[in-house]
Amino acid sequence: MDKQVVLKGLVEAIRSAATELPADVIVALEDARAGESGVGAVQLDAILENVVQAREDSVPMCQDTGIQTFVVRVGAGFPLLGDLRELIEKAVRLATQDVPLRPNTVDPIHGGNPGDNTGRHIPYILWEVESGNTCKIHLLPKGGGSENCSALRMLSPGAGLKGVKRFVVDHVVACGGKPCPPGIIGVGIGGGADLAMKLAKLSLLRPVGVRHEDEAVANLELEMLSYINESGVGVMGLGGKTTALDVHIEYAHRHPASLPVGLVYQCWADRRKTVSIDAAGHVEVS
Amino acid sequence: METVLTTPLEESKIRALHAGDTIYVSGLMFTARDDAHHVLLQAAGEGASLPLDPGAMAMFHCGPVVSKTGEEWRVVSAGPTTSARMEMFEADFLDRFGTRLIIGKGGMGGRTLDALQRAGAVYTHFTGGAGALAARAVRSVPAVYWLDELGIPEAVWVFEVERFGPLTVTMDAHGKSLYDELAITVNKNLEAIHVRIEEEE
Repeated sequence: MDKQVVLKGLVEAIRSAATELPADVIVALEDARAGESGVGAVQLDAILENVVQAREDSVPMCQDTGIQTFVVRVGAGFPLLGDLRELIEKAVRLATQDVPLRPNTVDPIHGGNPGDNTGRHIPYILWEVESGNTCKIHLLPKGGGSENCSALRMLSPGAGLKGVKRFVVDHVVACGGKPCPPGIIGVGIGGGADLAMKLAKLSLLRPVGVRHEDEAVANLELEMLSYINESGVGVMGLGGKTTALDVHIEYAHRHPASLPVGLVYQCWADRRKTVSIDAAGHVEVS
Repeated sequence: METVLTTPLEESKIRALHAGDTIYVSGLMFTARDDAHHVLLQAAGEGASLPLDPGAMAMFHCGPVVSKTGEEWRVVSAGPTTSARMEMFEADFLDRFGTRLIIGKGGMGGRTLDALQRAGAVYTHFTGGAGALAARAVRSVPAVYWLDELGIPEAVWVFEVERFGPLTVTMDAHGKSLYDELAITVNKNLEAIHVRIEEEE
């Protein structure tokens, strides 16, 4: 298996994630535009124009190109399993120069910024090792403004799903325009504190408009989406009908004493790409 | 009618603006995030002479993506950053430098709103994340200050821009804030949503 081909695929995925918004998000933004007037319409027109220009000029659609985050779902028999971390770090360094990306990794203890989007634990890689010999690498470069609106609430189980709904709606409303709405609200329910946050983030890998396979969860997603959009926070927090494009929920079984709810707010620039590598080393970026 | 303002901005033209107006700006602007506010205020406080006049340009809450060819900088992507973080500096900044146009996202607080009235200034919202749209309006980068000390996102960049926008005036020089008005509506809506959640089966 040719490492250079994988490296090239990774760099291309980082570039296209930063410069091309997924089609499902564009459709959701266009639908939202059709329902807005006034300031909301002005803002959505600017977003949609920006998306076109970023693609045409091959430049990042948002100057905050994020912390480079990768979800690696890899077969235990994948030939390059042991090389993936090094390849991903190398791709991030190359893409930082080539795209270019903004150098976004700051040392919180000693100060300073290496300037290449790498550092301690960064790029962040979430590993999921499965059986098989293929590999899927999901990219989720996410900006700081929306990440700052993440939240965790350890609810009493007695609060139930009503408590979950209230927490999510209240939090999204409290964030107002800060996370660049209309965005996607990722919600993780259950597990422990860390798992609830992880599930919330993983839920963002799902395209906009695609419902959870469990009908009860799917209904909960739609119900929360409708409450959030009734709030009137609106595009960029300037009022209107569209505050969120979608709500995605993932869940885990919980401890009898705990009802953790993790919330990860994704901005309208819902950047996602996937690098698929088969057992023969063919690389596809989608 | 489309309003395009040119820097240096006249006080009368800024005071004629009202929350809800959409404008564009041409001329010069400088970028200032948290550290830049701190550095500029500190330098001025120590009586140091500044390399730029923050009162003559628009101020943009932004940490851009830039690239350098030879000696020339090019702006690649430059949307606004969240303005709320600058609330701790902004009233002092406006009082000291008299900057008339702030460009950011997400709005600012009561101290800034009061300072806008004193300075004859407005806060405008540029679409969050619209970095490519912003970059296309930048004609050149005449200067950059504190680049070595602060790094690319935090440095003070000077942009020459043409028809930069759309900018929605969300806080005007008359004490009106769209955010405050909207908060009343949103809180009313939220109360109704709470009732509906409670009434569910």
